[in-house]
Amino acid sequence: MTHAHDPIARLDGAVKRYGPLTALDGADLRLQRGELLALLGPNGAGKTTAIGLLLGLIRADAGTVELFGQDPQQIEARRRIGVMLQNAELPATLRVGELLRLTASYYPAPRSLADTAELAGIGDLLKRPYAKLSGGQQRRVQFALALCGRPELLFLDEPTVGMDIEARQKLWVAIRQLLGEGCAVLLTTHYLEEAEALADRVCVMAHGRMIHEGTVDELRARVAMKRIRCLSILPADTVRGWPEVSEVRRDGERLHIGTAEAEVVVRRLLDTDRHLRELEVHRAGLAEAFTELTRDADEASDTNQREAA
Amino acid sequence: METIMSVTELATTSIMPRSRIIGAYLEEARSECLRYMRAPGFMLPIMLFPAMFYLLFGVLMAKSNGVDAARYLLASYGVFGVMSPGLFGFGVSLALERDGGLLTFKRALPMPPGAYLLGKMLMAMAAATVVILLLLVMALLLGHVTLSLTQAGALLLTGMLGVLPFCALGMFVGTLIKGQGAPGMLQLIYLPMSFMSGLWFPLPMLPKFLQQIAPVWPSYHLDQLALAAVGMRQGTLLPHVLTLFGFTVVFLLLAARRLRRYG
Repeated sequence: MTHAHDPIARLDGAVKRYGPLTALDGADLRLQRGELLALLGPNGAGKTTAIGLLLGLIRADAGTVELFGQDPQQIEARRRIGVMLQNAELPATLRVGELLRLTASYYPAPRSLADTAELAGIGDLLKRPYAKLSGGQQRRVQFALALCGRPELLFLDEPTVGMDIEARQKLWVAIRQLLGEGCAVLLTTHYLEEAEALADRVCVMAHGRMIHEGTVDELRARVAMKRIRCLSILPADTVRGWPEVSEVRRDGERLHIGTAEAEVVVRRLLDTDRHLRELEVHRAGLAEAFTELTRDADEASDTNQREAA
Repeated sequence: METIMSVTELATTSIMPRSRIIGAYLEEARSECLRYMRAPGFMLPIMLFPAMFYLLFGVLMAKSNGVDAARYLLASYGVFGVMSPGLFGFGVSLALERDGGLLTFKRALPMPPGAYLLGKMLMAMAAATVVILLLLVMALLLGHVTLSLTQAGALLLTGMLGVLPFCALGMFVGTLIKGQGAPGMLQLIYLPMSFMSGLWFPLPMLPKFLQQIAPVWPSYHLDQLALAAVGMRQGTLLPHVLTLFGFTVVFLLLAARRLRRYG
């Protein structure tokens, strides 16, 4: 009777077309209980459509969409989720406490108002009308609305847009706390450091498909490139001539080198320039891995289109 | 099959007691009323526009036509007044909330499906009641209309319930047109339909063709009920009630279907 690995949210070959445009082209996604999955991808990759399907806002043209094993358009399935969307204009004249009370009324066993407010850090805002809040405060209230129903799965669509660094980090703490309570999270974000800080797994989308799925480290490992930075008098052209070096850029005194074989290049750098200082070697960040992945997908898609034409 | 079983079996938290479902409906209605009472700029013009119309054409312009004319006009301008909160209060707010993403958000939440619509419906009924009360006050004080208490009560009830077919129509238009386009479209329905149902000028004064097609409009049927309420019309009312009921159900279903599918 233990099916711990049954996904609580699932897309299986989901297809969604809007007229001639195919927004989702056979997308697969599985979200397990208690994990945080970050859905990444450039604009137009199909993230919003994927979330729209899982929330029951739109229907798939083909494939399977399930939320807790049910059709997401079933209200019973949605009683177990919390939602924070990218742009929802909430009633301007209602006070924060009233919004929370209303949203909590939709759920079978919601958190108390005080708990919700504390978790989302909006205790001081409860009496304020929603329209009088700053953009960042409004996002925090929307986050509070998402978690007030004690959900088992939280959909967070770009939750930290418009927040300053401090507010963002507070939100991350709250998200970690929810994860600690066993709540699963499906996060879409443009901030890769956000995915890096929070995600168990990342799923990269491009052209309506999942092009990579794995841990953050696995995604990074897909990209062999390392970055070397140092202060050196060596001309950029000399370094560019070395066979292991794939790109070089000079920024004043500082040299930026991209290579797949950092050890070889570092040895040669130190041999050639004895006065070299401030040497740094970085593994490629998630941002680079991400750019490279989506660029590959773009090229593949272009080739397909040319072949089709 | 096994997979589906085990995931749903854990769903102890998704069972909602009836009392909490009713609570959700009440909260929704309460919030809807609160938000519009705090922002009178939206509902006030919707209520005052028909009242002003009645004052100009039903009271000031119609002084010399006798008591019956004044009662006749009270009924038909009452219908005109009730249409406004239905069409605009419901339709425009729906169109704006679809545009602003609020409806999408609510559809993603486990809001009981009828709660949102019921909240707006109650709001429209309250506004329609205010409109009829305004008209009654003007008719009794300025228009020298004589009404029994029963007649005034009947007109009030006709207005309160008579707003519902127009809620359904407004809702349907609100699901077709998003945002700022909706008010214009609704005016295009509101004003010609009022004219063609004989709300501004009695039907016998209109061209024959318009008289013949008048029963197409829901406002015509509501007008018959309102006229009966103030004692200006005898005869059976059931066909009109049933027509309005059918009209409401059809447009409500059409709109609900569109909302469910496309949001």
